[in-house]
Parts: sequence; structure tokens; C-alpha cells
Amino acid sequence: MDFLYYPGCTLSTTAKQLDTYARLCAKELGIGLEEVKDWQCCGAVFPLTSGQIGPKLAAVRVLVQSRDKNKPLITLCAACHHVIKQVNHQAKNDAEFREIIKNYDAQLTYAGEATVYHYMEVLRQYIGFDAIKKMTTNPLKGRKIGAYYGCLLLRPSDVMQFDDAEDPRMMEDFIRALGATAIPYPMRNECCGGYRALQDEEGTRTLCERIIASALSHGVRTVVTLCPLCQYQLTAAAGGDLDVCYFTELLAEALDIDDDE
Amino acid sequence: MRIGVFVCHCGNNIKATVDAAYITERLRDDSSVVCSAEFPYLCAEGGQKLITEAIAEHNLTGVVICACSPRMHETTFRKAAAKAGLNPYRLEIANIREQCAWVHKNKEEATEKALSLAKAAIAKIKLSQPLFPGESRVTKRALVIGGGIAGIQAALDIAEAGFPVDLVEKSPSIGGKMAQLDKTFPTLDCSACILTPKMVDVASHEKINLHTYSEVEKVEGFVGSFTVTIRKKARSVDMTKCTGCGDCLAACPVKGKENRKAIYIPYAQAVPNVPAIDRESCLYFKNGKCKRCEKACQPKAIDFTQEDERITEGYGAIIAATGFEAIRLDAFGEYGYHANKDVITSLEFERIINASGPTGGKLVRPSDGSVPARISFIQCVGSRDATARGKPYCSKVCCMYTAKHAISAKEKHPEIDVEVFYIDVRTPGKNFEEFYRRAVEVYGVRYIKGQVGKVIGENGSLRIQAMDMLENGRYDAVTDLVVLAAAIEPSDSAKKVAQMLSSPIDANGFLSEAHPKLRPVESATAGIFLCGMCNGPKDIPETVAQASAAACKVIGLLVKDQLTTNPCTAKTDENNCSGCGLCAEVCPYGAVGVISHSTAVNAALCQGCGGCTVACPSGAMNLQGFSRAQIIAEVDALCG
Repeated sequence: MDFLYYPGCTLSTTAKQLDTYARLCAKELGIGLEEVKDWQCCGAVFPLTSGQIGPKLAAVRVLVQSRDKNKPLITLCAACHHVIKQVNHQAKNDAEFREIIKNYDAQLTYAGEATVYHYMEVLRQYIGFDAIKKMTTNPLKGRKIGAYYGCLLLRPSDVMQFDDAEDPRMMEDFIRALGATAIPYPMRNECCGGYRALQDEEGTRTLCERIIASALSHGVRTVVTLCPLCQYQLTAAAGGDLDVCYFTELLAEALDIDDDE
Repeated sequence: MRIGVFVCHCGNNIKATVDAAYITERLRDDSSVVCSAEFPYLCAEGGQKLITEAIAEHNLTGVVICACSPRMHETTFRKAAAKAGLNPYRLEIANIREQCAWVHKNKEEATEKALSLAKAAIAKIKLSQPLFPGESRVTKRALVIGGGIAGIQAALDIAEAGFPVDLVEKSPSIGGKMAQLDKTFPTLDCSACILTPKMVDVASHEKINLHTYSEVEKVEGFVGSFTVTIRKKARSVDMTKCTGCGDCLAACPVKGKENRKAIYIPYAQAVPNVPAIDRESCLYFKNGKCKRCEKACQPKAIDFTQEDERITEGYGAIIAATGFEAIRLDAFGEYGYHANKDVITSLEFERIINASGPTGGKLVRPSDGSVPARISFIQCVGSRDATARGKPYCSKVCCMYTAKHAISAKEKHPEIDVEVFYIDVRTPGKNFEEFYRRAVEVYGVRYIKGQVGKVIGENGSLRIQAMDMLENGRYDAVTDLVVLAAAIEPSDSAKKVAQMLSSPIDANGFLSEAHPKLRPVESATAGIFLCGMCNGPKDIPETVAQASAAACKVIGLLVKDQLTTNPCTAKTDENNCSGCGLCAEVCPYGAVGVISHSTAVNAALCQGCGGCTVACPSGAMNLQGFSRAQIIAEVDALCG
């Protein structure tokens, strides 16, 4: 299965391991990734851009490419996924928005024809967790892993349609497929406060400390994330009490893939 | 034909949007119209008088009324026509209110449309035939479906009037949800104490025939003459032999939910006081071994070979009282109902504080049996929630029973800190507001306006994250027991029962009343009546009042020996009929039969739906009062 791959800015800078292992695993699993040509920053803050067209144009261009190449779009960073999926939803359902896009650039006629997947959704839907379990050559036996979903992938749930926003299960299934013990803890779908990290440092830290404390109290030893922003926040709050890593790192470990390059 | 046309203003309801004087004038252009008049309220006595006098004065052979929907006043006007000696089916109504004045704003266009509607009615009346209603016998027996407080009250009232009643209840005992309650608001009466005497009355009343552990399986027929098949599920206990001693219960080794045995009596005051065997958990039915209950039973009442039994009975009227359930909370993950033992529903809390419940009335936490130091009640769990997982309506009883629970908790343990999260507190009812204020002022219950975002299990207790709207801030605190006021929905069986009864249901699955204001206990299907929660959320006094009202309607029907039948039934034109039988196939009432090379309609069974007239390929089937020729004439008039 071939996809158009949108990495996003963070993945080429601070979150390289999220990107690297995703590409290596994709090769192993038979997922074809073609990187989007001339991609730009996704705009990163969909909820804050209502009424503005500028920050959404990059996402529209990516979506147009996906449609024209007839390849579904695959994303990795939760924030990018959120923005692109929301823009796609708006293009599909909001005629005024479509008009604004066209007025901005007559070449851009887009009505939400593309399909957007998060890498995790592709694993579930196109590979299947059972198949991944069979391909696991280095099962993560005995590892107590707690998934951290955050909020961007889950909400608004009618648009994102990732998992039950109040009681998500998908990543626990993923963790079990890798041979580890999945520990669901109550705060796994709470916001890390990432968006407000610069304005309200203390408030954000409190949120992250609660998430870490909730994971620790349930016996979690490793927290796995899907988002560079969450990863950054939680690593700081964990202070070495538990490991925080990307889901692609875990997947690579279980598939016994090394980053030799 | 000599036609009279009468245009109603309906105050300003019609007159404000339709130029009544203009259409009254214009309709005279038709040579058959020999008189036309307008009137402020045709349905009033003066209006009816105008019509009857005109019929006599102008020797009218047809009347067209331009007014509201025939559902409102068709009967009124037909009676007036009959009084003046005109066949009532020679009167036609053009609905220029609901289908014209109320839905349009432009007066000019609405007037033109009203004129067209009136012309169509005139075209139809020209082809009308006088029709004569028949008569059908009334079976003087009533069926009540559902043995909760609604069904109990209705059955008792009908029986007291002297008519036999069959009461069908799907579980082994009557009593319904009310039997599970500890106390009732706002008087704090003991629920069982006021209910059980009525249950005993039902069991002992000579006019009431009780079918517990039974379900209605098939309903045929029509008002005055229904034929119903009831399936009596195998109880595995012979009701004629059982003495209700309870020896079998003591002998049963199975321990199920709420410590229930495989052979069980739902609760101490059950009526009838005869156990039933739950075949899914019974060891004998599962593995073929045990039979300890049989050994323990001295009167030899246990019967493992018992099979479902079907009985068929005739009824003149049927009451649906199928009750309610609380919604499932699977989609409400934020409250952690499935993840935490100490997050319970209101009905579970009711069982915990009930002296005959699983804890013997001790207010303790399900997880460790300790008395909670703080209890948090959360209202509107799924109620007033327009998203796909919730219900858009208010469940109506939750504000009051939550206040009752808060007071009950405080009375048992005054030291418990009790808080209630709410969107609005709604207390419209006699002594309701006073009751709620007492919870706040006398018992010190803390009411917090805001919705709870998350309940988290944490170190053996629970943490609540919420919004406190009056403080305009986040609320975050530890609690010991969370009680969820889950929204109310119609019971699982309601939809099935409604389908069998051909009784319409609304968007939320509640059985619809024929008219929300003026026919609140009748279904749109004649002879079917509604009471209790199956029709919408309501409290006990409202339910009892509605049940008595439904019973009163049933009695009013059963005292009649004969009912006049609607003459607007289907009729075959034998000259055009080939006897293909397509009409018989589509008829939902089994009213059409194929006889040699033609078909015949049983007018007593025909409900006048018109399905057969559409199915008939040769146009031989006609609905009297709505013939093909009449409908085509209407369409021609509308298009002309």
C-alpha cells in the first residue's frame, strides 16, 4: 500500500527518532512512503486560526497533492495530523471555506476529496495488530507500558474519529501486539498543556506532573507518545522516574530494527 | 350538484395570511357552488348553525369547509351536516390552516394556494357517494402490557369498573421499577409500603388475570376486537403447587449477580410469591446435574420439563405500560463507570440504601464496604445531551431523586459530605422546590453548577475534575463514591410492543400520544392507550394519574356494545378485477381475500390505509371516500 507521507517540521529537527523509525518500520511492514513534495509547516494551531485562511493553506496544498496523486495521506505528528484532518473536514463541509481558498488561489479547488490517516491508524487498518504481533521478532515481554494519547488525536471526536475520546483503547492493543503489558491509566487522554507551555509554564507543568503521577501509580514504567510536543512536555515532567518514548521507537525495537544509518 | 362552501378565519390564524373574503367570492365562479360564506370560527356554535341552516335553505347536496386540518374538526362538521340531513361523507375539508396559512408568509401567494386547495376539495366532493358506517361488536375485556405501577393502576381501575383485565408482565413479579425504590420524593414515603398493597390487590382481584413471566407475541384485529397471543415463559415451577416457602432458594448452590440464586424470587414482597428458574445460570440446565431445589421442594412444584405456553385471547382495548430503563453508560468513558467499582448509577444507589437491597440498607462503598466520607452525585448523565451518545430531552425525575438520595445519605450519616453537580435544578411539582431547598438548607448538601469532565480512580478513592461555573474555575477534589443520574429511555421491549400494536413511536423511541394536549393517553391507533414512562419521562404521581386516565378511556370504550365502523374502506370493482391477489399480499390487516376470479374486502378488518389501491394493476380496487376518480379530479383541479 502506497501513501503520501507528510513529516512536518519537528520531525526533521527535534523529533528525528519519531520520523527515522517510522520510515524504517514502514519499509519492513511494506508500507510505501512517498514524501510530500515541497511541504511546508502545517500551521500547527488549528483551534486558534478560526476565520484566518493563511495558516490553513499549507495543509490544503498537501491535501491537493494527495488527491491528485491518488494516494492517501499519512501523518505522524499528532499536531500536524490534527490540523490537516480538521482542514480536510472543513473543506468537505464548509462551502464558504472552499470559496475563500479559491479566491486566494484560483488553482486551488479542493473539496475534501483526500483521505488522511495517522501512522497508527494505518498500522491498525492496513497491517493489522495481529499481523504485527506475528512479525514481532523481539517481543517486549515484561515491559509495563502506558499509552499517552493526549488530546489532539482524539478531539473533536466526530472529526478526528481516531478512537473513543473518553476511553481510548487502540494504543493498548498496539502495545499488546508488541508483546508488552499495556497498562491503561485514567489520565492517558488528558491534555499535556503543550499549547500553553510558553504562556503558562506552571499550569502546564502541573498538568504533566499529574499525568506522570497517574501513570506511575498504576505501575507504568514506560510512557509511549505519538506527538513531539507531548514527548517534550512529559519527558521534562517525568524527570527520569519513567521512560518516555515514541511509538515508532517501540515498534522498531519489537521488529528488531536498528538505526544503523 | 348543489355545493355550499364555508371559509373559516380561525381568528387571525387563517385570516392574517389568507384573504378569506376574496376566496369566498371567487369560489362562486364554479356553477355548482350555490352558496359561499366566511365566518370567524366555523367550529363554534354560530359557525355550525350557519352550515346547517345553509344546507336546509339552499338544499345543498355537498359541503366544502375551508378551515383547519380534518384531524381537528372533521367529526364536528360531519355531525353538523348529519344534523341537517346531509350524508356526512358528502362533506369535504380543505386544510387551509396547517397546510397553508401556518406555513406561508406571503399573503398573496397563500391566498392563491388556499383557493387551489378549496377548488380541489370541490372537485372531489362532486364525485362523492353517500357512505354509511357499519357496526362491530366490542369484546368486553382489556389487556394491560407491563406490570409496573402504571400497569397495576390501570388494571385495578378497569377491574373495579367491572371489566375483566389481563395483566401481562415479562419478569417473574409485578411491581416494576417502583418496587426497587427505597423512598419516593418529595414525601419520603416508603416506596414498597405504598406499592405492595396495590400489588396484592392485583393478585387477589377476581376480575384481574395475571400473566407474569409472559410476553405479548402477536396482536391482530382492531379497536373493540383485538386477538392477542401471549407467550407464558417456562417458569420451571408449577404455580398451582408452589407455596412460596423458599426452601428451594436455600437449597440452590448458585450465587449470581447481587447474590441471586438460579432459582429466585425477585424480592421479598414479590407478587406472585412464586420463584422462577433462570435457565441460563441453573446448574441442571447447564450441566444436567444438581436438582437440589427439586429435592428440597415438599409440594413437588419444581418442574424442569415445563415448556413455554401460548394462549390466545380476545380484547376490546389494550393499554401499553412498558416502562423505562436507564441508558447504558458504555459511551460515557469520562465517568469511569466500568473502570471503578465506586462509580455507580442512581438505581444502584437506590438498592444500596434500600433495607431489602444487597447491603441490607447499609450505606457502604461497593469496593471495600466502608462508609464513604464524601459522596458526589452527577446529574444529567446523558440527559439534555444532543450528541449521538446522549438524549436531547430532560429525564425529568433525576433532579428530584438526586435531592432525595442526598437527603437519605445525610439522614443515615450526617457526617458524610454530599455534593451534587448539576446543569440546572428543575423542580416543577407540588412541594418539589421546598424539598430541594431542604436538602440545601437543612441538610447542607453542596450544589455545584457545572459538568464533570472526568472521574479518575486514584489510590482507592476517586478524583473528580469538573467546571464550577459559579466560581468560574476548575473544580478538582477527591471523593469516595460517585453516583450517576443516567438518562431514561424507553424499555427494550417498547419498540417491539409498539410495532405489534401499530402504535407510532417518536424520535426518542417513546410511544406517541394521539395529540400532545388533548389526547394524551391515546395512541393514534384506535383502541390502543398509553400510560407511564413508555410515553415519556414522568414521576410516580403523574404515572398514576395517566394510568387512571387511560383506564377511564378503556372503560368508556368497553361499556359500549357496538362501535360504528369507518365506511372509508376498500372495495373491489368485480368487473375490472382479474383476481391476481396483489392486493391481498400487501394488505397488513389480512382484510382482502381472493375468491375465484375476484377479490373481496372484509370491511371489519380494513383500516382504510389504501395500500391495495396502489398495488392493484387494473384499478379495480378503490378506497371509498378516496376513489381514484376523486383523487385524479383533485389533482386536475390543483393543476388547472
